[in-house]
Amino acid sequence: MTRIVVTGMGMITAIGKDTGENLESLKTRRHGVGSIKLLDTIHKDELLAAEIRFTNDELAAISGITDGERYTRTSLLGLIAASQAYESGIGKYGDTDNTRTTVVSTTTVGGMDKTEQYYRDFLESSKYSHFVYTHDCSDSTRQISDHLGIRHLNSTLSTACSSSINAILIGAKMIKHGLADRVIAGGTDALSKFTLNGFNTLMILDKGHCRPFDASRTGLNLGEGAAYIVLESEAAAKKDNKKIYCEINGYANANDAYHQTASSPDGYGPYLAMKEALDISGLKPSQIDYINAHGTGTDNNDLTEGLAIEKIFAPDIPPVSSTKPYTGHTLAAAGVIDVIFSILSIQQQLIFPNLNFSRKIEELSFEPVRELQQAEIDHVLTNSFGFGGNDSSLVLSKY
Amino acid sequence: MEAYIRGIGNISPQHSWGNVILAEDIVSYEGNRLNCIEPDYKEYIKPIQRRRMGRILKMGVSAAGKCLRDAGVDMPDAIIMGTGLGMQGDTEKFLKAILDNDEKFLTPTSFIQSTHNTVGAHIAVMLKCNKYNFTYVNDNLSFEGALLDSMIRLSDDPSEKILLAGIDEMTDSYFCITKNAGFWKEDISDNLGLLKHAGPGSIAGEGASFFIVTGETHPDNYARFAGIDTFYKPESDKEIDDFIIAFLAKRSLSLDDIDLIITGINGDSRWDSGYFRLQDTLFNGKPLAYYKHLCGEYYTSSSFASWLAAGILKTQSCPETILLNNNEVNKPIRNILIYNYLRNTNHALILLSVC
Amino acid sequence: MEELIQKLKEEIIEVLNLEEMEPGDIDPDAPLFGEGLGLDSIDALELIVLLEKNYGIKIEDPKDGRKIFFTLRTMAEYITEHQK
Repeated sequence: MTRIVVTGMGMITAIGKDTGENLESLKTRRHGVGSIKLLDTIHKDELLAAEIRFTNDELAAISGITDGERYTRTSLLGLIAASQAYESGIGKYGDTDNTRTTVVSTTTVGGMDKTEQYYRDFLESSKYSHFVYTHDCSDSTRQISDHLGIRHLNSTLSTACSSSINAILIGAKMIKHGLADRVIAGGTDALSKFTLNGFNTLMILDKGHCRPFDASRTGLNLGEGAAYIVLESEAAAKKDNKKIYCEINGYANANDAYHQTASSPDGYGPYLAMKEALDISGLKPSQIDYINAHGTGTDNNDLTEGLAIEKIFAPDIPPVSSTKPYTGHTLAAAGVIDVIFSILSIQQQLIFPNLNFSRKIEELSFEPVRELQQAEIDHVLTNSFGFGGNDSSLVLSKY
Repeated sequence: MEAYIRGIGNISPQHSWGNVILAEDIVSYEGNRLNCIEPDYKEYIKPIQRRRMGRILKMGVSAAGKCLRDAGVDMPDAIIMGTGLGMQGDTEKFLKAILDNDEKFLTPTSFIQSTHNTVGAHIAVMLKCNKYNFTYVNDNLSFEGALLDSMIRLSDDPSEKILLAGIDEMTDSYFCITKNAGFWKEDISDNLGLLKHAGPGSIAGEGASFFIVTGETHPDNYARFAGIDTFYKPESDKEIDDFIIAFLAKRSLSLDDIDLIITGINGDSRWDSGYFRLQDTLFNGKPLAYYKHLCGEYYTSSSFASWLAAGILKTQSCPETILLNNNEVNKPIRNILIYNYLRNTNHALILLSVC
Repeated sequence: MEELIQKLKEEIIEVLNLEEMEPGDIDPDAPLFGEGLGLDSIDALELIVLLEKNYGIKIEDPKDGRKIFFTLRTMAEYITEHQK
């Protein structure tokens, strides 16, 4: 049985432009949610978001690109995070044989940031037609592949907010089945008017700071970000003497099959995803030391996720926290950001706090972890749930 | 890795609602855009469900229903979709509302339906299918991603019945946008004469091709997917040749074993030369075919080509209209290779074989 | 009130795209959600926008929708009470 390990990681979020900065913010309760400064929207003064405070030009400079104007923000974020992952797990670009390296990337709205800017121009002339090519979800994957010189089996998927966990799932399977030696898996999503207004019409945006698992929660804060990890087989990683961050021990995707946006009342899909991921890992529920929850702060998600957690773990529910109050909900990137936070938990033996919590949800028996907590952490379960009832869970283990 | 095709449901600009294309089914179109011939949705979708659905969703749900019936499968073990653009109609509807109303008075329906995994999700809700549900959105390799995932699953558990699809829609606005971007021929009078219209551009298309695939043999299987591989931005002709040869060798085959090659020729003089080079070199002497004059160019058109190939293998007859040269198609037809690329960026090989 | 109910019937059929329904098919006293007409949470959000756009009434908490939109009549009553 091939074991899959993580040998590299990289990220950019509203709380930091690399993994180190993110860790520092998590430890010091420095969240990234605030008023909207860069996105051009009429909701600027009324809605909060976890915006990355770099303009596209600044992002291009960080990623070493000269013609930044031709890239979507989604691609720029993706390039930064994927390059970090590549450097930390594989090495300097050009030094490594990439013939068996693959990129599996995800995004929910792809190049929407440029499309919404130029849509009317698209319809009238060819002036901005080069952005027609950057609209679809595969554009950021191509940019990453070009940047890193990877040409083998690259793939993109999109299953709403569970997307990047699913990239890790299929990436792990590709390695197990001998289709690739290394997979750079993750996701990227920039803030856009499209998603901000979309979630606003669903009336699930909190006007203040999101409060996951709090009885008074009223919704989520949107965020933006990108994160990627490098997956390899244990044998390959050992052969190359790689630093191993953790093992991907179990993974599962299930469908709630209830409603396009709402979860079933008892969280059946989330339950199935967690249960199957645990089954695959071979671990007992009691062996899970920490759950990094999806915990968006919406009425529906937190209750149903909580009920599903109880169904599996009660009465001994492991420490649970959601890190969404730090990063906002970053859609396709959310799952892999949580995976990196979970890896940091294992590495640092720390549980990161669930900010903005004050009162327990009546229907649930547990409260999330409120303060930074030292703990012995060998196994973490992390969840990511999306529209279309798309529910995924991952079990990460100390290596 | 093998995936037997047990059931088919196909909506396209041709009369493909049956399972195999016949000469009398072939539809010709004037102009540079081919639209799907849509079935009567009432048979597949209740009014209360239909009311929010955009066209692509109706096409997807009905093709899925047809496909499941054809295979005699009530509940698939996985739903795996490929779509280049996803819910283009709903995406544009919401985007236009944002721009036209300056972000005010927006309603959620088109936003909800704009999510790329909407087709797979709706099928899951309708069937109450709690299983694995993935959607690949990778340019002209979207169907290929879904197919690869299906084959990985079947090699883990051959008993699974997976609902696999390639689906894309062309909307009026996106047609206009891509026309401005130079995607389509301006002066074409007849889709069946695609290759007579030299010059840049292709013809626009769309489609929804659904399959039930399984690892188990059965007398009703149409054909089997015997291989899939993709490569990105080849740097030389030799790299392309080596890739094709290695792909076949990995499956203990050579070009001698390939009875028909279906290419992604789309009439665009800027890119078709790659196929014609192969016709004169590596593919010399082989019967070559094309299919985009029947369904148009769209990101998941290789799913239409796969449907075509499955029908040819099942019936052992090849429709004249797809043949490019006079090289005879020898019978029995055992192996069909589909080679498709878009703008010399993403290249894909799909191998279909008799059961 | 009856006039408003009639108008609401037409508006609801339009915004919720109930393509095969006639205004006469909607009973003003039957539940709009669940067992009755079979509407769901997304329809409730569409109706909230309808109230804001056509009647200038803003609903901040989507949970209030269930009560306001219980039947066509409760909806009409709410509009009459809250319209400026």
